[in-house]
Amino acid sequence: MHIDWAALGQVFGVSLAVTVGIVGLFTVGIVGTSRKPAADGEAAATTAPGAGARAGALAAFALCAAAVAYGIYLIVAT
Amino acid sequence: MEHITLLIGIVIVTALVFDFTNGFHDTANAMATTISTGALRPKAAVAMSAGLNLVGAFLSVEVAKTISGGIIDESAGIRPEVIFAGLVGAIVWNLLTWLAGLPSSSSHALFGGLIGATLVSVGTGGVHGEAVVMKVLIPAVAAPFVAGLAAMAATRLTYRLARGRDEADTAKGYRAGQIASAALVSLAHGTNDAQKTMGVITLALITGGVIAPHSDPPLWVIASAGLAIALGTYLGGWRIIRTMGKGITDIQPPQGFAAQTGAAATILASSHLGFALSTTQVCSGSVMGSGLGRKGGVVRWSTAGRMVAAWGLTLPAAGLVSAGAAFLADQGTWGVAAVAVLALAVCGAIWAASRRKPVDHTNVNEGPAAEPAGVVTTALQAVAPPPAGPLAAADTEPGAVVADPVPAAAQPAPAAP
Repeated sequence: MHIDWAALGQVFGVSLAVTVGIVGLFTVGIVGTSRKPAADGEAAATTAPGAGARAGALAAFALCAAAVAYGIYLIVAT
Repeated sequence: MEHITLLIGIVIVTALVFDFTNGFHDTANAMATTISTGALRPKAAVAMSAGLNLVGAFLSVEVAKTISGGIIDESAGIRPEVIFAGLVGAIVWNLLTWLAGLPSSSSHALFGGLIGATLVSVGTGGVHGEAVVMKVLIPAVAAPFVAGLAAMAATRLTYRLARGRDEADTAKGYRAGQIASAALVSLAHGTNDAQKTMGVITLALITGGVIAPHSDPPLWVIASAGLAIALGTYLGGWRIIRTMGKGITDIQPPQGFAAQTGAAATILASSHLGFALSTTQVCSGSVMGSGLGRKGGVVRWSTAGRMVAAWGLTLPAAGLVSAGAAFLADQGTWGVAAVAVLALAVCGAIWAASRRKPVDHTNVNEGPAAEPAGVVTTALQAVAPPPAGPLAAADTEPGAVVADPVPAAAQPAPAAP
């Protein structure tokens, strides 16, 4: 009986890295586009994200979309 | 080209029924958390999944050459009767686990059924024991850990990064991301599992001498297999969706996104690297991982334990049913007829039993009715009490919010046909 530990470890590493990477990236996008609660005292007021945060968020979302496209490519190609 | 005999016809119909239960059973993998976080309405979710399953069936260029990936020695005299018996065992086990609301692997049921039927009809020589361990056992054991740890780490990370943000504000983004991940899982499911049925039908056609060996599945086989799995997906195994979306843990939008993304990434990475992990186990594992990753999140270990028990039973149970079916079917035409009649009777009985407590798209998001807190759950809660507040209340009383519709839904349908 030969168990391919190397392949299993590779699957584990890649799955973990990709999942954490995509989720992290997507969260950066969400944080960049969501309103930030204002500092103490103005609980009701919120500030809209700045232009820089917005651009970073869009880049993050674009990378996520590219990952999805690559996923579809993998499904179609295999 | 010979005519399709009655037996081959029966095998084809049975294979399509299995395909249907496969879609029915595995809707939960792609859509359970999508439905429970409210990313998609239940009907919309199953419709999208069904559509992608159908597309997926046509997508793959790699034709299912073997139905079992080398587990069964398909040249050792597999006759249509054996395939038929294997399918019957797989269908019966799929329906039984559906009745219990447990997500178990349809592929394992099919493998178990084929192994059982082959053992009876052909003998031990027809089964490759090492392939069973390498292709079924190890992937099934590894899958929940790989996907679970990935989803847990991702859940931790996303809660940390989005700390301090308004939950209502971020939920929309998480839900949108989750839909994309769920779509990938559905598409991958369509290509993989519809292929299995195509392989079964093609093998039956080849053994019956209808088409030449090593030929590709005819278009009508691809189309009917895709339609059967899509129809099953659309009708939705609501019982299993409820278990995975609500029963194992209570899922918030960030968790749903992390779990679904973890599942999609693990499925695609593992199959691409040539060490395919079991889809059902991957999805269940990632749901559990996302439950563990949220502070105050509670995994209901009693439900998880029953699920794991069902995983362990799938191969032997489906094998046992199929072994009996193969024994009967080997007796000749009357045996095949007896198996068919018995299988129909069992399916009818399971369906009738399911009508006593129907679960459908209207009550799929209710908590598991009167699920007693298991010993492990209670112990874990005692060790690590969840923070006070609405989250803790939701964790301990999953059915409290929707207490009203439960009695009405729990009553047996009086006019069930």
